[in-house]
Amino acid sequence: MITASDLSWAYGGARVLDAVSLAAPHGRVLGLIGPNGSGKTTLLRLLHGALSSPTGEVRVDGDRLADLGARDAARRVAVVVQEAGGENAMTVAEMVLLGRGPHLSTFQRTGRDDHAVAADALARVGAAHLAPRSYAGLSGGERQRVLIARALAQQATHLLLDEPTNHLDIRFQHEVLGLVAGLAHEAHRTVVVVLHDLNLAARYCDDLVLLGDGGIVATGAVDDVLQPAVLEPVYGIGVERVETHGELHLLFRPHALIPTRKDLTA
Amino acid sequence: MASQGTAVLHAGDPLGLDALRRRTTLWTVGLGLGLVATVLAGVGIGAVSVPATTVAEVVGHHLLGWPGERTWSAAVDAIVWQVRLPRVLLGVLVGAGLAICGVALQAMVRNVLADPYLLGVNSGASSGAAAAILFGVGAGFAEHALQVTAFLGALAASLLVFLVARSAGRVTSVRILLAGVAVGYALYALTSFLIFASGSAEGARSVMFWLLGSLGLARWGLPLAVVAVVVGGVTLLLTVWGRRLDALAVGDETAHTLGVRPERLRLQLLVAVALCVGVVVSAAGSIGFVGLVVPHLARRAVGGGHVRVVGVAALMGAILLVWADVLARTLFAPQEIPIGIITSLVGAPFLLVLVRRLHATAS
Repeated sequence: MITASDLSWAYGGARVLDAVSLAAPHGRVLGLIGPNGSGKTTLLRLLHGALSSPTGEVRVDGDRLADLGARDAARRVAVVVQEAGGENAMTVAEMVLLGRGPHLSTFQRTGRDDHAVAADALARVGAAHLAPRSYAGLSGGERQRVLIARALAQQATHLLLDEPTNHLDIRFQHEVLGLVAGLAHEAHRTVVVVLHDLNLAARYCDDLVLLGDGGIVATGAVDDVLQPAVLEPVYGIGVERVETHGELHLLFRPHALIPTRKDLTA
Repeated sequence: MASQGTAVLHAGDPLGLDALRRRTTLWTVGLGLGLVATVLAGVGIGAVSVPATTVAEVVGHHLLGWPGERTWSAAVDAIVWQVRLPRVLLGVLVGAGLAICGVALQAMVRNVLADPYLLGVNSGASSGAAAAILFGVGAGFAEHALQVTAFLGALAASLLVFLVARSAGRVTSVRILLAGVAVGYALYALTSFLIFASGSAEGARSVMFWLLGSLGLARWGLPLAVVAVVVGGVTLLLTVWGRRLDALAVGDETAHTLGVRPERLRLQLLVAVALCVGVVVSAAGSIGFVGLVVPHLARRAVGGGHVRVVGVAALMGAILLVWADVLARTLFAPQEIPIGIITSLVGAPFLLVLVRRLHATAS
């Protein structure tokens, strides 16, 4: 359970988030959605403490995140974020084993149990065969899966993901989010995920927080947030709901603001 | 199917970690033996050449009292024990120190072109050395005046870099780089000014020689002991911090999510590296390229995990520097050339290859 109250953040003078509060309970997937620049990633960073809000607080299972030691926090909260690192000569297995770091003392080396956890995590994202390869030599999609494996190896009760489906093809987008949703629903983890794709959000999230213009525009169950009347003003695009096989799908149609081919030829 | 083939290949070692460990052991043992051979050869080679067996006997005699009886001349004894061994040992320490500082800095600023001198520490040491050579500053420290003033200069430069890097809040890698480069240039200007102000051609030549590096000051005594303790300590520290360095090398946010506070670690590393580079440069001048090139060689040998890289880099740096020194004192014997010329000559082509490879991976 992660609860945040009254979070705010500004880059330089530009206010990105103002007085944002939310709750991410156990066993559910909370999706953070919103247009570019609405502060989704910033909010995620505030939630795991990479940024610390000058106002308000974040609590993890009731304890103030700011009061937790760095390693204690890392044992509770795992984060998947792809960084544009320099040339990194580590193998995939070493990369995943970094997730065991918070569980080891400074002088302790990784042992058999840690290796088993890492191997299992890699297998769960379908990347077991990548283990001895160089991380730097992987494709974007393979890297993403390895980073998710690292977060799994961390065995934290809370999992935060920033655009985990970036670089993944359709099948892996669904596999990864299915895996993540399974962690929430079956292993009762808390999952918070930043997503661009509203249809993925519709399928895999339980609750949504829609960000726009420095704050939360709407929050609640997926079905309540993914309404044309809610989405259209925020994204500036026409939204149509289609239900097939009992599943919700969204179709998008640009407003006349953007000239269509017909306007241009007229 | 190919993937099944690899799966079978890695059965029993699904993560490929045992293979990695074997490779590391092989390299470590090989380089360890290489270092022993290097030290014996390095002490043996010179104007008076001494066979490796005699070198081993002289060292054994002095260290362990075995063999107890001297079968070699007093001159050979003095050459081996008083002149060449301290020099070779200093070479070992300086090479190892520069290499591990390079490893730490490249992880710290996440740039493969980072080298230990980016922190401006060597410019500070140079200013101190120039002040000692040209104006007799630190004469109170008698025979160690040069090393002590150089170290004080290095200390001042590190403090300056530290304060500038810390002044505006977040200690990012870019800020450390900028602070180091700025302080480095300022102190380089100071050194140049000292040379200019002294008006002594002979003094200028001495400073130049020192700037390019030399192990000629090596003696048994406190400075050598200090270098040994610092280089040994920092090697140990960086190995223990290996996992943290791994996390930091991936990225600040990643480090944070893995329970490592990136800014605090960077400051701690800054202190350790500045101290190590400070004592090394004070003892031997600014010897270039070792700290830049060796980390790459070490990573090529045993991969990116810092627990393994640090020790291997230390051994490689040690071997490389001793041989560079052998060349420096024998190529134009009896004239000795600055060791930095040798390391740069070897290092520059390597750098070009590296840049080509980087270019190839980027495109």
